[in-house]
Amino acid sequence: MSDLLTLAVELAWWQQTGIRAVLGLVAVLLPAGTLVYLFLFKMMSFMQSRLGPMEAGPHGSLQLLAEVGKFLQKEDIIPEKADRIVFKAAPFVVLISTFLLVLVIPAGPDAWFIDVDTGIFLALAVSSISVIGILMAGWASSSKYSLLGALRAAGQLVAYELPLLLAVVGVVIQAGTLNVQGIVMAQATGEIFGWGGIGNPFILTQFLGFAIFLIAVQAELTQPPFDMPVAESELVTGYLTEYSGLRFLLFFIGEFATAGIFAALAATLFLGGWYVPGIDPTSDLFNVIGPAVLLGKVILVSFLIFWFRFTYPRFREDQLQQLAWKVLIPLSLANIVVTGVLKVVF
Amino acid sequence: MTAVDDPRQLAYIAGQASDARVNLEIETEGMTLNIGPQHPATHGTLRIVVKLDGERVMRAEPIMGYMHRGYEKLVEVRTYPQVTSLINRIDWLGSFANEVPFILAAEQIMGVEAPPRAQWIRTLLFELSRIANVVLFLGDMGVQLGAVTPVFFAFRDREFVLNQIEAVTGGRFHPNFDRIGGLKDDIPKGWTEETKGVLGRIRKFCDEMEDLVTGNEIFQARTRGIGVIPADVGLSYGLSGANIRASGVDWDLRRDGGIGLVHDQLDWKVWTHPDGDSFARYWVRLQEVREACNMVEQLLDGIPPGPVMAKVPRIIKVPPGEAYVETENPLGVMGYYVVSKGDLVPYRVKIRSASFNNISITPWLLEGTYVPDVVSILASLYFILGDIDR
Repeated sequence: MSDLLTLAVELAWWQQTGIRAVLGLVAVLLPAGTLVYLFLFKMMSFMQSRLGPMEAGPHGSLQLLAEVGKFLQKEDIIPEKADRIVFKAAPFVVLISTFLLVLVIPAGPDAWFIDVDTGIFLALAVSSISVIGILMAGWASSSKYSLLGALRAAGQLVAYELPLLLAVVGVVIQAGTLNVQGIVMAQATGEIFGWGGIGNPFILTQFLGFAIFLIAVQAELTQPPFDMPVAESELVTGYLTEYSGLRFLLFFIGEFATAGIFAALAATLFLGGWYVPGIDPTSDLFNVIGPAVLLGKVILVSFLIFWFRFTYPRFREDQLQQLAWKVLIPLSLANIVVTGVLKVVF
Repeated sequence: MTAVDDPRQLAYIAGQASDARVNLEIETEGMTLNIGPQHPATHGTLRIVVKLDGERVMRAEPIMGYMHRGYEKLVEVRTYPQVTSLINRIDWLGSFANEVPFILAAEQIMGVEAPPRAQWIRTLLFELSRIANVVLFLGDMGVQLGAVTPVFFAFRDREFVLNQIEAVTGGRFHPNFDRIGGLKDDIPKGWTEETKGVLGRIRKFCDEMEDLVTGNEIFQARTRGIGVIPADVGLSYGLSGANIRASGVDWDLRRDGGIGLVHDQLDWKVWTHPDGDSFARYWVRLQEVREACNMVEQLLDGIPPGPVMAKVPRIIKVPPGEAYVETENPLGVMGYYVVSKGDLVPYRVKIRSASFNNISITPWLLEGTYVPDVVSILASLYFILGDIDR
């Protein structure tokens, strides 16, 4: 992004920062809103043979504003025995991890927030911050349901952090870089057995990695079938039980924004990110259409995520851990070994 | 004072003492968790006090009575025809079935028998309310396990059954249609054909459930081998209905009881399952919905002509006497013990509702399970709060 801004017009530092902050907000809120309307409201209703919101705006498209307005009006209740400071801070900690995550994802050859050599490493590292927020929420609520939910969340996120990371290692080996922009470029300029027509999106060679990544993302997002931490039929809503009003809304935005950003990460790592075949990857055109392409791919990936969400029942805590440690981690390790060997051979 | 001087013995004692200290330090107090009275899993006001060690249940104790409405006392000041409007609120999902055993008991004391047509329509509505009731269970089981979609299908298709019940009785939830000596009305014109269409929908729903839920690996992992009730334990706790049939006990009052209803003239089968776990209870109920569809189809074809009301006096006075009648209701065995002293009102009515007994097994069943299983086991036992507390 900085490249782009300095190229176009000479802007003062505060102007650049202001534009970046606004773009950051857009990058977090736009996918979140899209996902909520498209999947939570409409696709879920379609699958459950009902209409969903229809009144606010055409086909209920303004329902989101109504929901936000509703939450803003509600009283922000803090339980009497709660640890007030921690209770109030928890949703922001969760949101911080979301905002940090969005930084590393490029939306065009020059359209990026930060371009660090260890981009993907940074992304996976900051994604774990949300666990702290969830633990804070669960502990500070002074409710047994919240506590159980938070402990389950901590156990689950630690267990699924590993396959998430290991699934990415395959991609990193193949691309030969930790830089996210570099990974996109490697896919855009890659060749399939000498044919470079569509580049080489890593979903073809790293399909196992893609599957593991999506399953782990599902668990990271605590969505069904991995929604043990919020399991509404047993823990009421887990660590969210005591939250209301604005703070609940923040958790909610955090959840769906993170879903969008993980989908963007998956799209970047496995589907070629902002690149579409047929156009030179270094062309300036991608700075304009890149964000739209990326959003399209995000919707594609999150369709998968939400399809699972609305179809499956949830695992039990021990079954969930077994899946992570006994199936996903060995599989992803095998994936790394095979990828490494093939990388050396070819 | 005898001193121990053997070094090995001393080392052993020291080891024991340090172990004891460590145990004292590590030992944690269990956490008591109140599941309910307001909790999503209890769909009503049931409270279960669970003593937890981590997520493992050490002790579970259901506390009933939050919804006690005193029906047994209330019916003592209501005339016999008035009683049905009250008691079909016991199991509110299959409400017509609640009226049947009471009316049968009253008829038994009076020595009245309903005409054949009334008996057939009674059985028909009895089975329709079973479908309306158990279809919701099939969807609800998914919700308790975290799959939100099935319950919407259940509500969607149950609506058609309720419409059919409403078309006959005028009441969707509380028909209040059964009378001593017969029924309030005959079935309306064209109802038979419509109902057959609805049966097709319910059969399709059952197939959908088979695809969506029964075959799902996660559903099976969550229910198979969970909450196993051996047949003898189940019988000793007085379990009935699909809960005991899922433990392999081939006992169904529709076939074995045989009073007042015409199940014995139909061609049907009692489904059992040898496992006795949550999955078996789910599976048996799924088959029972299908079987009920078959029964309703046969009943629709075979309704004999004739009146729907026997000759009974306008003001019903039940002669002195007592009777106990139980029928196989959607939730299990439901029985009414009616004592009459020759008044307009019953002298005493004791209601035996299925859920009260079905839920009584929970302390035994939940011990040693995990919190997530508590919910799935409770869902599979299938209780209606009104049926527990009356």
